[in-house]
Amino acid sequence: MVPVSYYLILSGILFACGVVGFLIKRNIITIFMSIELMLNGVNLSFVAFAAQWQHLSGQVFVFFVMVVAAAEATVGLAIIIAVFRTRETLNIDQVNLLKL
Amino acid sequence: MTPSLHLWLIPVLPLIGAAINGLVGRRFSRQTVSAVALSFCGAAFVMALYVAARFSSLELPHTEFLGHWIRSGTFMVDFDFYLDQLTLVMLLVVTGVGFLIHIYSVGYMWEEGGFYRFFSYLNLFMFFMLTLVLAGNYLQLFIGWEGVGLASYLLIGFWFTKDSAASAGKKAFIVNRIGDFGFLIALFLLIKHFGSLNFGQVFSSVAQQPAETTGLGLLTSIGLLLMVGAAGKSAQIPLYVWLPDAMEGPTPVSALIHAATMVTAGVYMVARSHVIFEHAPSALTVVAIIGTLTALFAATIGIAQTDIKKVLAYSTISQLGYMFMACGVAAYSAGIFHLMTHAFFKGLLFLAAGSVIHAVGGEQDMRKMGGLRQYIPWTFLTMTAATFAIAGFPPFAGFFSKDEILARAYEANPAYWFIGVTTAFITSFYMFRLWFMTFFGDYRGRETAGHGHAPTHGHGGHGDPHESPMIMLVPLMILAVLSVVGGWVGIGGRFEHFLAPVFGEGATAAATEALSQSTEITLMVISVAAAILGFYLAYVLYLKRPELPQTIAEALGGLYRAVVNKYYVDEIYADLFVKPLVDGSTRILWHGVDQGVIDAAINDTADGARHVSDAARHMQSGNVRSYAGWVAIGGAVIIAYMIWMGVR
Repeated sequence: MVPVSYYLILSGILFACGVVGFLIKRNIITIFMSIELMLNGVNLSFVAFAAQWQHLSGQVFVFFVMVVAAAEATVGLAIIIAVFRTRETLNIDQVNLLKL
Repeated sequence: MTPSLHLWLIPVLPLIGAAINGLVGRRFSRQTVSAVALSFCGAAFVMALYVAARFSSLELPHTEFLGHWIRSGTFMVDFDFYLDQLTLVMLLVVTGVGFLIHIYSVGYMWEEGGFYRFFSYLNLFMFFMLTLVLAGNYLQLFIGWEGVGLASYLLIGFWFTKDSAASAGKKAFIVNRIGDFGFLIALFLLIKHFGSLNFGQVFSSVAQQPAETTGLGLLTSIGLLLMVGAAGKSAQIPLYVWLPDAMEGPTPVSALIHAATMVTAGVYMVARSHVIFEHAPSALTVVAIIGTLTALFAATIGIAQTDIKKVLAYSTISQLGYMFMACGVAAYSAGIFHLMTHAFFKGLLFLAAGSVIHAVGGEQDMRKMGGLRQYIPWTFLTMTAATFAIAGFPPFAGFFSKDEILARAYEANPAYWFIGVTTAFITSFYMFRLWFMTFFGDYRGRETAGHGHAPTHGHGGHGDPHESPMIMLVPLMILAVLSVVGGWVGIGGRFEHFLAPVFGEGATAAATEALSQSTEITLMVISVAAAILGFYLAYVLYLKRPELPQTIAEALGGLYRAVVNKYYVDEIYADLFVKPLVDGSTRILWHGVDQGVIDAAINDTADGARHVSDAARHMQSGNVRSYAGWVAIGGAVIIAYMIWMGVR
């Protein structure tokens, strides 16, 4: 039996990778993938706890997160396509029309 | 239980007229505006006549309750109306003279702009004046009191584009405020010590108190404070300065407000409060002294004025002084009698002066008039009646009332009488001076006609003076008749007898008993002699030898200059009160408090907010990744906080 702390450390590493990727990457697609990475890092900690406590609610939560992630992926990809059509770039630094 | 007379209708009728003309009068033709104003004012007069007709069948004093106003604990003020003999006299004078002046104004103001505005204000004035007269308690009286002040302000500043008119209006308002301050404190004292402002309740409580013969007790204080209020409204020393300036208003306004009605409100108020004054003899003495001094003081200023309306203004102040003198020697009915006759002849004098001004195209300087009797015979005739009335020639109205006051003053203290007779002589002199300068000699205005400053009549132009239209002459004639016969109601003490229930039997009984027949006749002869002497002096100086006044003026030198400049009272007030106040306000209140504290606090707050915002706006860079960074930092801070809390 692998101790739960291993899962949690891996989950933390995944989440941190996601955050760092989100912050330093310029390509919208990459940023989008970083978001998925953060979500899945959290999912991992959920299932780890579910196995630890022999409780199904953790599993159920993971399904919720997956559904939301799927929905977010469709909306997000649609936005990315729309942005690309108008701005002809995927560089996040050039999508700055909301600047003061 | 006497039947209701619907007294509330009397003030409300002119209010309706004022509302109609004020709100929609702009779209009306001049004919409609005058029809509205005259019909509502006339309706009030008819109501007053109806009340007079029903008067003998009433149980007096007759009070009518309209509704509750203020109810706070045990203190209550209602809208109620109070009718007794004094009210009836005031009611008839105000509505009657007011209605005549309304008629006259239609002719006088016909060529003026703001016709509807003028009549709206005039009706508004009638509303407040009638509220004042009919009030059943001091607070309602105060509403009317303030309201007539407002109407006076609006009408003095009627030609508000003229700077002098606008500031005269302000001066009148502010000087009156000083008087009202005293009046208000008197009301507070009444509330505190008697728990009521209702005339009936206050007077019956006061009547139970012993008279305060010495010191400055409660009733004396109330009396003196009421007198401060009366001095403001009725232009007595030291608050008379606003009235001469008020002549900037249209002449009918001077006649209605600043001669016949509003300025007599102070006299009315003192007479109405006679119970309080009777229990405060020292306050009453102050009233008498102020009245006597004002009468003399204003009369002397009147001698040297050259503006026809200014002469009449000082004459009004002087005559009001007589009324206060009468009240001060507890001859209230004599004061009210003079108030009534004064309303007739002084209203007439102003209206006739307006007709003269109208005739010579807006000129008000008497030095540019003269010889007008052949051009404007009707105005001349009516003005003659009024001049003889005010000078105190029998059998004109002024003789009876003035004689009554002087007789009662003699009885109280011969010093009052002496100053009174001197004033009567001066009055006669300056009034006949006005009369001779205006109507006799040669017309001196030919070269200057048409350059007048007050009303700019379209037909003013050059050429001969012309008589006023019939609509202006008819009120003059009616008032002239009243100026002749108005005093006859006082023969044999009938007027006094009529008012006796109001002022108490004691006061009137003394009048007829105290002076022997021979003394009374002697006094009468002396006052008539004073009037004739004034007439003769004016005749010599201004008709026979018109070069003499100049010589006398030069001989008198400094004294003459002091009189011409109204004893420099305006200048003294300016240096003593106005300038320190303006300077203090500028330095301390404006630069110090307003700019230094209030503005500074607000501006500094705003500056601070802007600096903080300037710093904070750099967070909003438009860069998505920097937003993400802020979110990450925020999340980290929250998590750190939760861990820290969890650890504790």
